[in-house]
Amino acid sequence: MTCCSSSPVPNQQALKRRLDHERTLAAAHDLGNGLLQTDLIVPAMHCVACIRTIETGMGALPGVEDARANLSTRRVSVRWRPEAAADADFVSALAGLGFEASLYDHANLASQADETGRRLLICLAVAGFAAANVMLLSVSVWAGADAETQRLFQLISGLIAVPASVFAGQPFYRSALAALRNRRLNMDVPISLAVLLALGVSIYEALYGTHETWFEASVTLLFFLLIGRYLDHMMRERARSAILQLSRLMPSGASKLSASGDASYVPLAELQAGDSILVAAGERVPVDARIASGLSDLDRSLVNGESAAVQARPGLEVEAGVLNLTGPLTLEVLRPADRSFVANVITLMEAASQSNSHHVRIADRTAALYAPVVHIVSAASFIGWMVWTGGDWYTSLNVAIAVLIITCPCALALAVPIAQVVAANRLFRSGVMVKDGAALERLAEADTVVFDKTGTLTLGEPRIASIHGGSDEEHAVAAMLARLSTHPAARAAASAQSATQGVLVSDVQELAGLGLEANWKGRKVRLGRRSWVSDIARSTAAPAPKTMATSEVCFAVAGGDIVSFQLSDTLRTDAATVVGKLRNMGFATAILSGDAAGPVEAAAAQVGIESAASSLTPEGKTARVEELRASGRNVLYVGDGLNDAPALAAANVSMAPASGSDIGRASAGLVFTGKGLAAIPVAIEVARATGKTVRQNFALAIGYNMFAVPLAVLGYVTPLIAALAMSSSSILVVANSLRLNLVARHQAIMPAGQAPRDSTTGDKTQPSSPKASSDAGNPRLEAVK
Amino acid sequence: MSHLVFLIPIALGLGALGLVAFIWSLRNGQYDDLDGAAERILDDD
Repeated sequence: MTCCSSSPVPNQQALKRRLDHERTLAAAHDLGNGLLQTDLIVPAMHCVACIRTIETGMGALPGVEDARANLSTRRVSVRWRPEAAADADFVSALAGLGFEASLYDHANLASQADETGRRLLICLAVAGFAAANVMLLSVSVWAGADAETQRLFQLISGLIAVPASVFAGQPFYRSALAALRNRRLNMDVPISLAVLLALGVSIYEALYGTHETWFEASVTLLFFLLIGRYLDHMMRERARSAILQLSRLMPSGASKLSASGDASYVPLAELQAGDSILVAAGERVPVDARIASGLSDLDRSLVNGESAAVQARPGLEVEAGVLNLTGPLTLEVLRPADRSFVANVITLMEAASQSNSHHVRIADRTAALYAPVVHIVSAASFIGWMVWTGGDWYTSLNVAIAVLIITCPCALALAVPIAQVVAANRLFRSGVMVKDGAALERLAEADTVVFDKTGTLTLGEPRIASIHGGSDEEHAVAAMLARLSTHPAARAAASAQSATQGVLVSDVQELAGLGLEANWKGRKVRLGRRSWVSDIARSTAAPAPKTMATSEVCFAVAGGDIVSFQLSDTLRTDAATVVGKLRNMGFATAILSGDAAGPVEAAAAQVGIESAASSLTPEGKTARVEELRASGRNVLYVGDGLNDAPALAAANVSMAPASGSDIGRASAGLVFTGKGLAAIPVAIEVARATGKTVRQNFALAIGYNMFAVPLAVLGYVTPLIAALAMSSSSILVVANSLRLNLVARHQAIMPAGQAPRDSTTGDKTQPSSPKASSDAGNPRLEAVK
Repeated sequence: MSHLVFLIPIALGLGALGLVAFIWSLRNGQYDDLDGAAERILDDD
């Protein structure tokens, strides 16, 4: 198969190699000593054999010092010397090893090695060490050591506990200070106060006093709280890195043509209006541009929801993010990158997400109610005891600290994170990634589901809806030809006839923007655009039939009749079931699509959604979502495209399929993998169960307070009782949260342990597994009158 | 009482050793790729 470009560039292979090398250089970062490091995302890497192949294969390349594969993040770090590798192109090198890869751009992605997580873990380790040792010493004190040993043990405990609490408590002290500066109260304020006061009194006690000390209380409190903090952080970090694995980055640079016709790779920021850029087949257009020359087809489904591929011709204006399908294009830049369509969408998205910033997380809401109560009760018992004992500030302070320690139980601080972590874990196994706990809280409150059509309700891949004319033999030839193309419409036509054995075609040519041409039994055959195919067909060709289909592919043997394959975007196999289920659960449903009215209404009718709006701009979608919210609805928006990103941000909570655009995934609260939509009802069910569990946990924690606080106020709580109560209530809360693992267990969405995987460049044009259509019942009949 | 003079430092020392070992392994990047480590053990060379 040869490729016929209308703008012949001399020595295209060499040019492509040089541009690929420049791209690799642009994504590298300098380690000093003349070493560069390039990181690549390799989603398909999954076993020790892959690691070995990659590490030995990449390590053997000229100039490469070493290559290290990280299976957890599915990233490969290559350290190399640029002077020894004149045309290093690691993406192609990995492709040669059989792995699809994309460059991980340090400039575009926050690439900090998870520093916060590491700090939390160190704090946790220190607190754990201190808690274990101090508790050991305390147990002997409680068991009744003699006075001298007791004093010695208290001093040693103090020596361990004071530095440990000062160090390990930092996350809490910082957050408490930040809250106080903003004149707010959060849970960290009573926590910090309790830890620091307990330390202060205990130091005095160990040195001069006769009472028991609270050292073990302050370190175990920190230990338990840090567990909750760390788990919460882990959950978000895991979702973040899983989503990062999916990123098919928007190009971070472009191949710019100079006046002399020489191409070089430049960063996006350096592109000016009027520049000429080259975009190869299979690449995304990096900035808003006008086509100067070249013929191709464009896939705009991620950009504006249009499901049919459009023909690229000189003069057409295209938005950044559009995928160039079949032929190389030369484009003229219309606007610099920071004013492109994508930049515009991001601005809209930021504006839309403002409306969500007033959501107060359930833990903070509780803290706002709870923290003042803690302080008031503690202060009141101090004053009460001062009056009662006639000014014995020492006893009074001890009681006040007991109250503080008892009332800010670990259980309360664990109540929310533990439940959400267990739920996120449960969902992760079902292929749903939860970006943060707030998304789960809001998902539980949703009462309206709004869908995007292309790529969300549908797979975003065209399939044959009906065939007009032609014999079985002609269908077989058409299918045979179609199999040789990468165009999505041609791929769809390939399913016209599965038995293509014995069909011999020769001299196959793919003509960008037109179709495929070949010889069959000595006659010319064409598959492609109607106007082009009809050139060789009998002159009295049948007119295009009127159907709901979104596009068509035609086929003709020279001198024969035109065969028309009507294509439409297929629904996800379980779309109708899922929508039905959501309605049974009491949700109102709607479609907001950027596609034309015909396909949108057809899809709405098939899945049973009565409210459908079509031809919407990103602004239009956002406005509709905001209208719904203004009328008191809690909106769950499910969408995937660039044009959905602002609406995803504007909705109360949002979900995006993993196959969607990077920006769509970035702005959604939850991301689901897999071919189906079944993840949506499962996620809602788990979110609701989580809300219930969190409330139960609060009830447990507060119930414990109702019992323990009066004892503390009356001065009966010793450090031993505090330690017992604290640990047992925490265990109770953790055990209760673990029950969430049992929720919706019968609904397996995808095999457990399947990390989300997707191709790095294929997007929606990728051929889907043939299974998806066969279990759809009879997808060919849809939209046929 | 006298045996405590030995036992307590030993107990604390061992605990501290564990803590230091953990922090060292963390900073050394041994927790950066847990999935990879699980697979690499199957590699023969």
